[in-house]
Amino acid sequence: MLQNDRSPRRRLRDNLLRGAICVAAATTVLLLVSLIGYIFMRGLPYISWELLSTSPSALRGTIGILPNILNTFYMILLALIIVLPLGIGAAVYLNEYATNRRFVAIIEFATETLAGIPSIIYGLFGMLFFCQFLGLQVSLRSGALTLVIMILPTIIRTTQESLKTVPESYREGALGLGATKWTMIRTIILPSSLDGIVTGCILAIGRIVGESAALIFTAGIGAVIAGNIFQAMSRSGGTLSVALYVYVFERGKFDVGFAIASILMLLVFGINLLAKFAKRRLSR
Amino acid sequence: MKPIITSKDLVLYYDTFKALRGISMEIPEKQITAFIGPSGCGKSTFLKTLNRMNDLVPGVRVEGEVLFRDEDIFAPSVDVTTLRRKIGMVFQKPNPFPMSIYDNIAYGPRLHGTHSRAELNELVETSLKGAGLWDEVKDRLKKSALGLSGGQQQRLCIARALAVQPDVLLMDEPTSALDPASTMRIEELMATLREQYTVVIVTHNMQQATRISDKCAFFLLGEMIEFGDTEQVFSMPKDKRTEDYITGRFG
Repeated sequence: MLQNDRSPRRRLRDNLLRGAICVAAATTVLLLVSLIGYIFMRGLPYISWELLSTSPSALRGTIGILPNILNTFYMILLALIIVLPLGIGAAVYLNEYATNRRFVAIIEFATETLAGIPSIIYGLFGMLFFCQFLGLQVSLRSGALTLVIMILPTIIRTTQESLKTVPESYREGALGLGATKWTMIRTIILPSSLDGIVTGCILAIGRIVGESAALIFTAGIGAVIAGNIFQAMSRSGGTLSVALYVYVFERGKFDVGFAIASILMLLVFGINLLAKFAKRRLSR
Repeated sequence: MKPIITSKDLVLYYDTFKALRGISMEIPEKQITAFIGPSGCGKSTFLKTLNRMNDLVPGVRVEGEVLFRDEDIFAPSVDVTTLRRKIGMVFQKPNPFPMSIYDNIAYGPRLHGTHSRAELNELVETSLKGAGLWDEVKDRLKKSALGLSGGQQQRLCIARALAVQPDVLLMDEPTSALDPASTMRIEELMATLREQYTVVIVTHNMQQATRISDKCAFFLLGEMIEFGDTEQVFSMPKDKRTEDYITGRFG
């Protein structure tokens, strides 16, 4: 009774499909591994203490990416400081306060559309609006503000998605005990949706670190170390991705390009690990 | 005895739907009052009106008045958070917060300004004892409340409601999601609660109403058909519709 009574044709089709799926999976893994492997192979040998710890010098003819590393961290910091309150605030408003369904639907549609716009268009807008109209010049702060607009939809969406997964019964429970709406959001809703917020942060950092087109227009390619973070904000400053573009395309330094690429990958990897760790610590 | 809650001609609309059609009743203090009736009869809606949990539902409009110790709960001067502190609520499905057992119980007191460690410790202990849960959880107060069984979770929610020292406890079908053994424990618990608190419970289960309640109200299609001593309502209902319902002819 329990013998395999599938027809040979059906069995053949099953096996074929299974094979195809395995091939697809193997291809994906292989592509990923070989890509990472290739970049590390070409880049890691060129990572030196001098590269990491100095500024480029035209006189000595040396290349250093310390300014770019600093700029990248400044950019992440500044953009997140602005985008997190904005994005989380907007998501909380849309999910907890807004009562007009149509209005919410329109905003959601708009954020989705914004998320799909090519980054170079943000760069163009940022250059015209922040650098020129607001007179902020080509500077880290203009770049950060441009990035804020660019990643705002991501933060809003991921936060909103995780707010939606908080059970209605938590809200009832808190309000039933006499919590005000804001207290309920602060003590129950936001902690329960921390997961999604952290995920949004990782995605956002990934985009900040990886962005080049929008930043070339708005933050420039500067590679000078400023005295402090506030001075740095008002000056032109290229992040690592921008530096990669500059060194490879304008100066033909492929070795430096691959070295920067390796650093970028390690950076993203490190940030992901850190966020995972933070998530586990916070959810306890 | 003076009623603790008095409802006068309470009418409630969900947008245009009239869910409550003029409810007038007096809920006595330190007794258990049960609301029975078929699904959609308005008993839960009425219960939720008593601590204004219905405010949260968009499109709700209320006419008439509900007095809590002679104060109109719909008066503009009323602070809803204070009202809900005085009139606590336990829901159909246990809804512990995703935090430790201790923090669950301490949530309400902290909201209302109790932060001293000693006071909180004492409140947590007395509330858990009051809900008959202390012995089962005293060694794992710092563990997540989500690890408790369904019945324990519901008793935790009762303890959480008791921790803000309410006068009235509203219970919306508190045992409908629980197994018979847990149900029995909660029913026993309610019998002890009535010494200190006024309990109002919505139940689908008529046996439960006869077992635990002192007063019983029968609701049908947004109206309160009959209200009286539970014994009288079940043995000699005055209204034909009550009789039909409790003898199982509909609902």
